[in-house]
Amino acid sequence: MTDITKQSLSELVKNIKNKKLSSKEVTKAYIDRSEKSKELNTYITENYSSALEMAEKFDQKPNLDLKLPGIPMAVKDLFCTNNIRTTAGSKILNNFIPTYESTVTQNIWNEGAILLGKLNCDEFAMGSSNETSFFGNVQNPIDKNLVPGGSSGGSAAAVAGQLTPITIGTDTGGSIRQPASFTGTVGLKPTYGSCSRYGIVAFASSLDQAGPMAQSVRDCALLQEVISSYDPKDSTSIDFKRNEYSKELTNNIKGKKIGIPKEYRIDGMPKEIEDLWQKGIQYVKDCGAEIVDISLPHTSYALPAYYIVAPAEASSNLARYDGVKYGFRAKGENLIDMYEKTRSEGFGTEVQRRIMIGTYVLSSGYYDAYYLKAQKVRKLIKNDFDEAYKKVDAILTPSTPSSAFKIGEKTDDPVSMYLNDIFTVPVNLAGLPGISIPAGHDTNGYPLGLQIIGKAFDEQNVLNIAYAIEEKINFKNKITDWWIK
Amino acid sequence: MSKNNSEYLINRKDNQYEVVIGLEVHAQVLSESKLFSTSSTKFGAEPNTQVSLVDAAFPGMLPVINEFCVKQAIKTGIGLNAKINKRSVFDRKNYFYADLPQGYQISQFKDPIVGEGKVILDMPNGQKEVGIERLHLEQDAGKSIHDLDPQNTFVDLNRSGVALMEIVSKPDLRSPDEVNSYIKKLRSIMRYLGTCDGNMQEGSLRADVNVSVRPKGSKEFGTRCEIKNVNSIKFMQMAIEYEANRQVDLIEEGKIIDQETRLFDTKKNETRSMRSKEDAHDYRYFPDPDLLPLEVSEKFIEELKNDIPELPDDKKKRFIDEFKLSSYEANILVSDIDIAKYFEEVVAKMGKNKDIKLAVNWITGELFAVLNSKNLEISQSPVSAKNFAILINLIKNGTISGKIAKTVFELMIKGDKDPQKIVEEKGLKQQSDPKALEALIDKIINDNREKAVEYKQGKEKLFGFFVGQAMKASGGKANPQLINEILKKKL
Repeated sequence: MTDITKQSLSELVKNIKNKKLSSKEVTKAYIDRSEKSKELNTYITENYSSALEMAEKFDQKPNLDLKLPGIPMAVKDLFCTNNIRTTAGSKILNNFIPTYESTVTQNIWNEGAILLGKLNCDEFAMGSSNETSFFGNVQNPIDKNLVPGGSSGGSAAAVAGQLTPITIGTDTGGSIRQPASFTGTVGLKPTYGSCSRYGIVAFASSLDQAGPMAQSVRDCALLQEVISSYDPKDSTSIDFKRNEYSKELTNNIKGKKIGIPKEYRIDGMPKEIEDLWQKGIQYVKDCGAEIVDISLPHTSYALPAYYIVAPAEASSNLARYDGVKYGFRAKGENLIDMYEKTRSEGFGTEVQRRIMIGTYVLSSGYYDAYYLKAQKVRKLIKNDFDEAYKKVDAILTPSTPSSAFKIGEKTDDPVSMYLNDIFTVPVNLAGLPGISIPAGHDTNGYPLGLQIIGKAFDEQNVLNIAYAIEEKINFKNKITDWWIK
Repeated sequence: MSKNNSEYLINRKDNQYEVVIGLEVHAQVLSESKLFSTSSTKFGAEPNTQVSLVDAAFPGMLPVINEFCVKQAIKTGIGLNAKINKRSVFDRKNYFYADLPQGYQISQFKDPIVGEGKVILDMPNGQKEVGIERLHLEQDAGKSIHDLDPQNTFVDLNRSGVALMEIVSKPDLRSPDEVNSYIKKLRSIMRYLGTCDGNMQEGSLRADVNVSVRPKGSKEFGTRCEIKNVNSIKFMQMAIEYEANRQVDLIEEGKIIDQETRLFDTKKNETRSMRSKEDAHDYRYFPDPDLLPLEVSEKFIEELKNDIPELPDDKKKRFIDEFKLSSYEANILVSDIDIAKYFEEVVAKMGKNKDIKLAVNWITGELFAVLNSKNLEISQSPVSAKNFAILINLIKNGTISGKIAKTVFELMIKGDKDPQKIVEEKGLKQQSDPKALEALIDKIINDNREKAVEYKQGKEKLFGFFVGQAMKASGGKANPQLINEILKKKL
């Protein structure tokens, strides 16, 4: 049998169901590899011993009808986990242990999975490189000193480095798809309202969405099937018919119309990204789908609109971290002094920057010029997609305008960092599903991703197209285990 | 102070000033659970025992609207003759305070659930219409307790997230009396609807009072000051009185009134500046992205409309038409739902041959006096409506006299006994047998011959003496009307 941690989720599930592997063997294999991979700094909190106990318990009385029977997995540290520290990558929640479980993780445990630990991420999911985490940056398993992307950088690195068979991230402006692209993995941001936000530390409520990250489209489909559910505890959760995505997965996309938006051909885009896109178009044609040129005219306004809406919501969402009720508290002379010290010491610079931007754009006299206008732009962007979807079934674009960059390369230049989200952000603003799949390598051998954007609630179609392309590409991630001594 | 034509004006030398008042009433929605969580709203629980993870704003917790509170707000809107908005939006009002766990209050800013409406006040000089600007739903904050410890402030989050209706009036009120009448009317309507218990002691009803003054006859508004969070009608009236005079003094001295938020100090009976307009919070309102716009259908509203009981104005009209009551009497009876209920039950129990006027006199006289002296609400009345009705009927059919009825009533208070039984047990039945009374009167006239002669000679005052003697001799049970008739005949 091949090395356990090299197996796909589907293989692991099959092997556990056939009793060729026990949950304990699988769990132990991932723990061993994670222990040897500390240099990647993917984990904020480890749950190894408890995971082993749970695996043993599972093996004693295995329920093999479950979708994730005894499968160990680590999750982004933005999901609240009962009795297990949840930090959101921030000092301000460094000591926070929830007494409740997020709906998404609960759905996962209900299907038999076991928590390995909590994965590193940008502080409050604000970042595109995992460098804003209070717990330090994460190394990309692709190459030393390369960022894994963000904010779900720890999640992407853990999947790429085979420290967890699958994982979940959250995506507010690209936080699943961009790190997936940077690490040669698959990441799906579902339709807004597909996965419950209950128990997920909020960044920007109208944009946040949890989603699966995996080594393959099939694994992603299975995990999406598990985590997506209607949840009355989240007022923005939507009650729609959810497919059994993995069962209904097909590579037959004959006759599908795939849109190519001309506005995504941005100035200064590296040639290798353009080449990748053309390659993707060819693959789609080879699968029997039809290519249609489309226009999404308001694309260039998406990023500025996003960097108004997201910080605005964040500035309010993060007001609860005030040192009064839980989390970090600095000593102060009085209430105001305590607030100021707690929040100055508890939040990192990027979070503070976004709180400042958000507070500014919401303040009286500026609200109409910024927040209200951004909301109007958001509507126009959504209209663009609605218009396009009258002609096409899905849209194909690159995931990011470049491959992974070096650690420290963009930390002093927030705008250049924000530009990384240029292809992913419109999808969040429109509330649509989008997937990033690895599709090639740049000259350094770093992975590059293609993005497929679908209609709302049409995850099945997005997954099918991704699945078809995945088969054609036959992408192999170049993981050398450089960090294992 | 001039009260000519019931107008409330403030006089200084040659100038007269009119006072303009608008109220923002915060009424706690009568509901088992909070606006966005399932925690209990019960008053008086141990601190921090009615707090959910949502109320305490734990990470990842989300608000879910309580449909019952929405219904309560819409019902109140209907009661205020107001426009119900089918689409309303919850906004976040952002500010930091220790008893505000989320760092924002969920409220409705631009799109409230209820729009313009009106309330009719019965003032001594006629009816007055007060416009309602809007009604919106919002969360209450927790409570900061500063006096339990010299160094620390304690926070009780039991109230955090409790549903409030903020009812904003137009600046239509002109005197402390009108404010009194307005609050009472609002309270009455909400109690009829069962949407707010109106309990001011428990903080279920409190108000921010906006006060400005202007020269009599002026059409423009003066600069207003807002007096925050006043929790009794008496204090509202005192605060307005003080504030209006303070503003008039400033104008008279040629000074400028600053638009500001003020506090009413109940001990010193004065308002004090809390913060100026410049220091006003920038609440950074924006639509709460955790909540979708609240949409209600025509059908939903219609169903609630069908659920609306008869409200004070309609009830008053019916009482006047059906029971021939005066406007004054009707006002008293409809002012509180429990009084109206009691009255209507008495009417129902009195049966066919009823004397409604007598019942009204007894309710507003004897019963109210007892309730007042015992500090009881009518819902706690020691005499049930049923027994009260029997008592009125006993008077009406001549079984007992009004005077004896008072004795019976006193006995009833002690244990809500059937007055019929009391009358029988104590032998209090009125003597209405003319023959027996004639014999009794003959004896009295015999015993007081001299006085009888004096009466005949024109000393008419002595008639009362004979009535008294007759009543005394009968132990108070003689039918006074018969005594009168017989005495007139015999003397």
